[in-house]
Amino acid sequence: MLIVNLDSARGALVQEGRELLAAMEEALLAIETEGYTEERVNAIFRAAHTIKGSAGLFGLESLVNFTHVAESLLDRVRTGELFVEGAMLSLLLTCGDYIGSLLSAVEIGTEAQEPDEALRAWLLTQLQEYLDGTASDTAQEVAPFDEPYARVDVLQGEPVSSDLWHLSWRLSPEVLRNGMDPLSFLRYLGKLGRIVYLHTITDRLPALGDFEAEACYLGFELEFESNASRQEIESVFEFVLEDCLLRILPPHSQIEEYLRLIRELPESPQRLGEILLQSGALTPNELDQVLTRQHAEPQPAPPLGTLLLESQLVPQPVVAAALSKQKQVEDKRNHEQVFIKVEVGKLDQLINLVGELVIAGAATNLHALRRDMDMVEEAAQAMSVLVESIRDASLSLRMVAIGEVFQRFPRVVRDISKELGKDIQLLVTGADTELDKSMVERLADPLMHIVRNAMDHGIETAEERLASGKVASGSLRLNAYHESGSIVIEVSDDGRGLDRQRILDKALQRGLVQPDQSLSDAEVYRLIFEPGFSTAEQVTNLSGRGVGMDVVRRNIELLRGEVEVLSEFGRGATVRIRLPLTLAIIDGFQVMVGDEHFVLPLEQVIECVDLPPQEGRHHLINLRGEPLPFLRLRELFNIGGRASGRESLVVLQHGNSRAGVVVDQLVGEFQAVIKPLGMLFQKSRGLSGSTILGDGRVALILDVANLLQRASALSVGTPVRVSAGGA
Amino acid sequence: MAVIVQREEDASHCLGITGELNIYSAATVLQELLQALEAHRQLEIGLAGVDDFDTAGVQLLLMLKREAARQDKPLTFVQHSAAVREVLDLLNLVAELGDPMVIPLEDGECLS
Repeated sequence: MLIVNLDSARGALVQEGRELLAAMEEALLAIETEGYTEERVNAIFRAAHTIKGSAGLFGLESLVNFTHVAESLLDRVRTGELFVEGAMLSLLLTCGDYIGSLLSAVEIGTEAQEPDEALRAWLLTQLQEYLDGTASDTAQEVAPFDEPYARVDVLQGEPVSSDLWHLSWRLSPEVLRNGMDPLSFLRYLGKLGRIVYLHTITDRLPALGDFEAEACYLGFELEFESNASRQEIESVFEFVLEDCLLRILPPHSQIEEYLRLIRELPESPQRLGEILLQSGALTPNELDQVLTRQHAEPQPAPPLGTLLLESQLVPQPVVAAALSKQKQVEDKRNHEQVFIKVEVGKLDQLINLVGELVIAGAATNLHALRRDMDMVEEAAQAMSVLVESIRDASLSLRMVAIGEVFQRFPRVVRDISKELGKDIQLLVTGADTELDKSMVERLADPLMHIVRNAMDHGIETAEERLASGKVASGSLRLNAYHESGSIVIEVSDDGRGLDRQRILDKALQRGLVQPDQSLSDAEVYRLIFEPGFSTAEQVTNLSGRGVGMDVVRRNIELLRGEVEVLSEFGRGATVRIRLPLTLAIIDGFQVMVGDEHFVLPLEQVIECVDLPPQEGRHHLINLRGEPLPFLRLRELFNIGGRASGRESLVVLQHGNSRAGVVVDQLVGEFQAVIKPLGMLFQKSRGLSGSTILGDGRVALILDVANLLQRASALSVGTPVRVSAGGA
Repeated sequence: MAVIVQREEDASHCLGITGELNIYSAATVLQELLQALEAHRQLEIGLAGVDDFDTAGVQLLLMLKREAARQDKPLTFVQHSAAVREVLDLLNLVAELGDPMVIPLEDGECLS
């Protein structure tokens, strides 16, 4: 017997499909900007063809049918029968998007439900129009979608008299091979209520030659008595939903619903009518009504396969629909992390290291048994080196190129610039810079917002640009690079830049700053990330897009990163996001103040110097001729007591700024597994997490960016000594 | 594993299936029973020993019935075990298969 892990195979299908779509989109955009080449059209055709092929393997008819029509069009283009032009490119791009949403549906297991019937119908009609220009062989694909019906109906017509649930259940042939037995679902259903009548539909049993003993050909019509809710009944079939057609009609459903049921089920109306009558779902009178209406609105009988797989669940009440939508979003989030592509080399390296660790472990054991302390120490040393390498190697498995995020922007920039009527070129650099996989996903939205913002507010119209002596087309640059343990992502535009005065005016108006405050440019620009600055009128008069920059900042801060704006008025602006490389483990530098342990990220520690006792009155020290602001952790955290010996100054760097923190004692390097702080401390600034020391004690991990801000505020703000924690 | 025991009884050929009649054995059992059907004019299949019976088993019974009808040969399932009876009751297929569920005692002789 053959058991394939279908879930993972489907995941692979989705992933492959996404990659192909990305390639397709790239080629489409290339045709648009750089013109038609045979190679590009072939690439698009191949992508569509491959998606169709693999979808066919899984019996995803909806995906197959749709892609097939697009592919037919591409084929015509390839053979030169049709000519690619702007409108067709846009149509194909939208088709690509729709295929993407069909893939997403497959990913979360709702492919039985069409993501957007109206859009699909429209796209198919558009494609068909192109195809109709030449010969047409795809009419039948379009037919079933000519009349998409609304998903949530206004209840109308008269209810039937039956006070039983009616369930129609058709199983896909794969069910048994997938290890599920319909009988067990029926037995389980029996626990929710009473199966009053069950009709097993055997019509689909094929001729002997085509019969496969492991395939399932049965369907069931049930009358079910139960007080359970629709969700409860539906949940009985949860594990088989992907592999079946399930219709649940509540007691006293409208005649219309039965009419639709009959239309959607593969059997003939007469046959179904008999069953419904026999089972008591409908009275003869009601059946007459249904059949009369059925004749009144003739429907082309859609092919069985299409119906089986394309159908959606019976329209649910609005609330249920909204709920299930929410759940989908959640499910999707859970799904995103399921697969990760890993270079074989990286994996081999990791396995090698683990092998060595096993050997080192054995050696340690041996030495420990012999009570040879010197050797044990040596072996433990070797092991900790290996553990460190394994940590690095395994974290690198999670690293992906940021290109994964960047690759969606050519399309975004194209669409938005069309929408805004601006000519904007996109330049991407550093796409191979790696960052943690989990960040890639969470970075996409903030980045999208920044890019939109830059295009909307930053870059001027062609006329304005020409008037101010710039080239007509604006340019937007996405850049990424590594810098001292962080990854830096920049979005720059050559637009009008931020208007310092307007921001200040606005901030005053909102009470974010006081009139007499003198602020540096950077501080002023930082104001646009304040919540008060969010949506309505943002720096320019153009409307915001519903999400403010404060949300961007919050999202970035959730990733333990920070965001800043650099701008030159009239010349452009750059939004710079700085993120830690990983979210899990850092190389830490352990320090002590009093009895408290603190951990600083090692990568941000530049050097440690002794602090001469007479220095440090003014939160500013002269370090080799340069002024360096600093603060005392003892004061910041209100730790009592005095330093016993000589204090040490740890010089920290974050981005371009440097500052020192004064501690009692330097302990040394330490690998810190970051634990998030509890709810209580989430608002506390200056801490980025906690970790557990080798002896079981808790140490706080300090947020260097915040410390630096405090230190420079202290040194600038007051020449005299300020009280602890002031910032 | 399903075991099929065969015995000739008057004009009718009697078979008895013991063990599991499910997705794991359906394909092989079907082949054997089809051969038996091919070779005889009348077939009686005892199900007394079937202890595991699932959808694949149900389909097998249905297919055999249809094939026998096509070849115009009488084929009866007899001595349904409790497992078989439960499933056929649940799926309401007793009438469709049309076999006597309560079996006269003398038919029992032809089965293992």
